[in-house]
Amino acid sequence: MIISVASGKGGTGKTTIAVNLALALQPDHPVQFLDCDVEEPNAHFFLKPRIEEFREVLTPIPEIDDSLCTYCGRCAEVCAYNGLAVVKSAVLVFSELCHGCGACSLLCPEKAIREVGKRIGVIESGRAGDIRFIHGRLDIGQAMSPPLIRALKKKMDPSLNVIIDAPPGTSCPVIESLKRSEFCLLVTEPTPFGLHDLELAAGAAKEMKIPRGVVINRASLGNGDGEVRDFCAREGIPILMTVPFDRKIAEAYSRGETILEAFPACRMAFLGLFENIRKLLS
Amino acid sequence: MKQIVVISGKGGTGKTVMSACFASLARNAVLADVDVDASNLHLLLRPEIQERHIFRSGRKAGIDAEKCTACGICLPLCRFSALFKDTEDKVVVEPLSCEGCGICFHICPEKAVELETQVAGEWFVSKTKYGPFVHARLGIAEENSGKLVTEVRKKARELAATEARDLVIMDGAPGIGCPVIASLTGTDLALIVTEPTPSGRHDMERIIGLAQHFKIRTACCINKFDLNLENSEEIERWCGERAIRVVGKIAFDAAIPESVVRGVPYMEYTSNSSTDDIRRMWSVLLELIDRP
Repeated sequence: MIISVASGKGGTGKTTIAVNLALALQPDHPVQFLDCDVEEPNAHFFLKPRIEEFREVLTPIPEIDDSLCTYCGRCAEVCAYNGLAVVKSAVLVFSELCHGCGACSLLCPEKAIREVGKRIGVIESGRAGDIRFIHGRLDIGQAMSPPLIRALKKKMDPSLNVIIDAPPGTSCPVIESLKRSEFCLLVTEPTPFGLHDLELAAGAAKEMKIPRGVVINRASLGNGDGEVRDFCAREGIPILMTVPFDRKIAEAYSRGETILEAFPACRMAFLGLFENIRKLLS
Repeated sequence: MKQIVVISGKGGTGKTVMSACFASLARNAVLADVDVDASNLHLLLRPEIQERHIFRSGRKAGIDAEKCTACGICLPLCRFSALFKDTEDKVVVEPLSCEGCGICFHICPEKAVELETQVAGEWFVSKTKYGPFVHARLGIAEENSGKLVTEVRKKARELAATEARDLVIMDGAPGIGCPVIASLTGTDLALIVTEPTPSGRHDMERIIGLAQHFKIRTACCINKFDLNLENSEEIERWCGERAIRVVGKIAFDAAIPESVVRGVPYMEYTSNSSTDDIRRMWSVLLELIDRP
């Protein structure tokens, strides 16, 4: 089963829920944990994996062979991302705009463009107890995370229980992370920010036709979770778990402790969450 | 005119709460929400929308079923796995995967591919009691958030120029990717809002690295600093070693989420030691931003 954990708003507790769910499942259920928030990967602070493998991820960018190039301008014309510009006797490559689509090299009439790899980040994998752990880390200054997320997800093993920690937001990196998920767990908090962004994230999962469930974190915050519950009822999204607002949880988090470490009795609640998802999908 | 952006790397550290406080403290500013992906600042500034603009950007491929012979030449060329054959052997586009590169359009021998410009979102110019406010909403599952950020920033600067306002305050997005880069370039100061947790610290280091990569000056605010005093001290030490000024330390305060629930900037919700600290932080920021 592939479960992704998303939220729209950052800091609602995606990583906390994903990590504790993964920990609760071992050793009885084999788990693979994918931290797809490659811009700011954080799950390793809590799972503390032993990294066994390290790999650089490259994306293809064009390289011009000046001995063959006639500066006809075709490459710049076909590039949808303004990644190439042709001036009198030079082709300028703006690699930060390149999506690596390969159109320029394929369509160059002189075959003067070959593709070379540009590093955008790394993928590290290893083990945290029985959990198979993988995360990506985008290099600072790189704008595009989807190719790194795609490379990371190639390592996904659907024969295991896959838990995906998605990035915040609802745009391309989130979509890339959610693809192929069988279930999307949306973590929210009962504030206008949490609800507003929950609506966006719930919309994204709906558009991708992924079944959804909600976890309300810091449930006693503000006026309580009434509005979140109303939204979920309207949308037909089941609420699968609530976590109270408790300074002790925040303090445990600040020490790099998981909920299960700080409050071992919560293991049953996370196992119950998993069983509920299983029931919803069967 | 100067520009300040509030960013954090990690989400949920308090960017929007601080931005709204600054909006309420600033006397002559234009406000902008450059987290176009999951914007929230409007929930505290309560804007009255005056202009709506469609944001068109990016293209997606569409197949003309009449012309397509299902030869399949395009399928292996698509690097985004956006083209496939359905159960009836027809070539179809998976729009969520299509990045609009147009390789299929150029290669199709039957000219059966069309590229359509997408409506990717909307942006707004609004009136608030704190000054003009430019904000946006990126369509769900859309790309080009960086371009929309650039659009919002352009309008905010224009407004500042025409209305003779000396400051643009921007509420930024989490992460270090394309929309954050678009919000950072050319700003006078980036305020990094962090928290004393391992992830807050780690993400702060990465976002400061990004700001330095673009040669943008940074200052740091430790929110919820008393949640873990040891971590807060370490963040201060780390910043001190790099000559990054810690301009504010704000306590963990349950009244802050309450003010969000009420939908007002914290400065207007209550008056306590935290609001004093935020007011002090703002005056330090104003000094910093005016310094060359």
